[in-house]
Amino acid sequence: MLTAILRSLRTGVVTVRYPSQPSQPPARFRGAPQIRPGVAFDALPPPSVCPSGAISGGPNETRYAIDIARCLFCGRCAEQSAQGALEMGREFELAARRRESLEVEVESSADGQAMQLATLPPGEQVDKWIRRTLGRSLQLRHLDSGSCNACDWELTALLNPVYDVRRLGIDFVASPRHADGVIVTGPVTRNLETAVRRTYEAVPQPRVVIAVGACAASGGIVGRSYASAGGLGEVLPIDVLIPGCPPRPEAIIFGILLAVGRLHERRL
Amino acid sequence: MAEPTQKLEESLRSRLAGRAGFEPGPRPQDLTVRLNRAEDVLAATDELCGNGLSFAMLVATDEESTADRDLKLRYIFEPGPGFTLPRPDIFITLLVSLDLVRPEVPSISANVPAANWHEREAQDLFGITFTGHPDPRPLVLHDGWPKGLYPLRKRFDAKQRPAVEQAEEFPHLIVEGEGVFEVPVGPIHAGIIEPGHFRFSTVGEKILHLEPRLFYTHRGLEKRTEGLTVFDAFYVVERICGVCSVSHGLGFCEATEQIAGVDVPSRGRVIRTLALELERLYNHAGDIGNIPAGAGYHYGTSAGLRMKEALQQLNERLTGNRFLRGLVTPGGVRLDVTSEIVRSIESVVDVTEEALGSLVDRIESNPSVLDRLDTTGILAQKDAINLGVTGVAARASGIDRDARRDHPHGAYVDEHGPRVSVVTANEGDVHARLNLRAAEARESMRLIRALLSSVPNGPICAIVPESLPPWGIGLCAIESPRGAALHWLRTDGAGRVDRYHLRSASYANWPAVPLAAQNDIIPDFPLVNKSFELCYSCTDR
Repeated sequence: MLTAILRSLRTGVVTVRYPSQPSQPPARFRGAPQIRPGVAFDALPPPSVCPSGAISGGPNETRYAIDIARCLFCGRCAEQSAQGALEMGREFELAARRRESLEVEVESSADGQAMQLATLPPGEQVDKWIRRTLGRSLQLRHLDSGSCNACDWELTALLNPVYDVRRLGIDFVASPRHADGVIVTGPVTRNLETAVRRTYEAVPQPRVVIAVGACAASGGIVGRSYASAGGLGEVLPIDVLIPGCPPRPEAIIFGILLAVGRLHERRL
Repeated sequence: MAEPTQKLEESLRSRLAGRAGFEPGPRPQDLTVRLNRAEDVLAATDELCGNGLSFAMLVATDEESTADRDLKLRYIFEPGPGFTLPRPDIFITLLVSLDLVRPEVPSISANVPAANWHEREAQDLFGITFTGHPDPRPLVLHDGWPKGLYPLRKRFDAKQRPAVEQAEEFPHLIVEGEGVFEVPVGPIHAGIIEPGHFRFSTVGEKILHLEPRLFYTHRGLEKRTEGLTVFDAFYVVERICGVCSVSHGLGFCEATEQIAGVDVPSRGRVIRTLALELERLYNHAGDIGNIPAGAGYHYGTSAGLRMKEALQQLNERLTGNRFLRGLVTPGGVRLDVTSEIVRSIESVVDVTEEALGSLVDRIESNPSVLDRLDTTGILAQKDAINLGVTGVAARASGIDRDARRDHPHGAYVDEHGPRVSVVTANEGDVHARLNLRAAEARESMRLIRALLSSVPNGPICAIVPESLPPWGIGLCAIESPRGAALHWLRTDGAGRVDRYHLRSASYANWPAVPLAAQNDIIPDFPLVNKSFELCYSCTDR
């Protein structure tokens, strides 16, 4: 007992300061793919490079788009693009309230350059009702709708001494009856669809729905098939989408804060 | 052909009296036996098991569009725990052809319990009848799936989403008697855990019978790979399971490289093996922390989670992903190790070694925790052998098997490469599985240091041709953190994926969990479950 206490004192505080202080992901970290300014539209990699089908349009069309909700952050598009037309960004705070905000759209200018259109802002406005009832704290029920367990383990990591989301008033509860919302991982498999609906319905209103990872946000690599609904949006109304495969713990914290309209707490 | 394969061929030849064809394959040292009559599978299985082989996996394929116009079953066997060491790295395949309209074959599950789920899966997904199966209830497809529709048949369009039909309640085994209660748990659990349904039949707190129902996370991922190039399919396989990303990605790549006839440069093999051991290390560290959670010892849980976090941050520095995704690729690896990364790995491994030692000391000196761990969740060696249990669960029950030694892969094939020293224990309880993980984590750290000290120079990746040879088969075993995972891959006429099948370690081990939990009390079940720490996603696919 004494050794444990002494060891804890010697260790000191290991908890990160995020979100009040920014977090710097390591050099090899791959954020969302982005268009390098000034590259030719025709130099953009074809949709076939993307294993999850996040890229659409291309050289023979006037439009080109990358669906960040579907992106695996694997970096294959950047690897296979001529003259580095696409590169992987460094940003991990990618959560959004609407699927359209996660669409990177590119048009071909008159002289054939790729022009990235402005993306919609992530949307900080939270429904007044949610804000008034839930306040600043958020008690979430985790709901695995058929994930590969990577997103699940990142939710577990939020409770470790390093991220310790309880310091932010965020916690995971055992029963949907005790929850303010559900945090969902996975594309919603056929075998879980009933359980997903029932768990959601058991949460008292108002309730928030947070989709974590590419599978929940869009179907991801799993897509739509005999066994999968192809994303949580097919089954429940989503309030916040957190892209990633899986999103790193701080990206999930960012998304949860977005759900309760607390983003202004960053960079105080 | 290797000597043990020749001996097996002779004994099968005499047993089957000319009713079988023999050829090497899929790998040069392996043997494939074509049985002329499906019912001979019983005799052939008996002969192989009598010679010390154990059942490893069953692969069903739909070959309607080929000249054979049939369904095929491949029963794959490997040298079992009874085989004297060193075991030869061989696989024996029994190949059976079944009629497309009435696919029927005798079930081997009564004699080979390990085949139980495999046969039920082929029944669900291919519509094959295994006559005499002791428990032919559906496994993968749940209530409301239309009868007569088999999603892994080639005729079935993967995009099809049949409506949910009215269904009766799933027939669980009901235990009757005075004071017997049924406690249903899940599929959605109270913690951050993957989904599965457990039905406990209890008297008081004592578990008389536990029936798990899994495959809630069945995503149809094997079907998803069909028709893709191996380069695209790789990303699907890498995402079958989060915490086995390296193992499964590597297994798929090694199967691909077998078909393509590509040798991975030794630097690439060393980096792959490094990733494999880092994956084992962060899993074992996290699992050692998770077991105390089942005993309510939160100091241990926090210490374990912190260890795991440091290792996952290291993963992100090495590969840009906390689950080591994006490193392995067909032909080798995509990212090199720099001197900075080597230093980074060395320092995190040093910290982990110290933290692990301290955590194990804390657990070992805490009588109230030990009281929960000792004699809880005992898996008898006989049961473990019968069910084909693998990995930590097998080794903690005294079974000396490890695919890194028995089916070498990565840098373990190199003559001068590192050698794994396999650790075993005999108690078979939660405590044994915990200690075994600690010993294996230390062994992984030794291997990581050995690998880092001798990273050969040269390229990290070989070129794998865009289109692979048609109708090639690749077969390999990878020791994942949970045990041996088997990968079977075949290309179609255009060199794309025709069929890919994974038998994960968790798939082999799940049926052992109810046996280990029997006669324990319900409050100990989380502890038993965490000591196996099986993935649902690997099992369900």
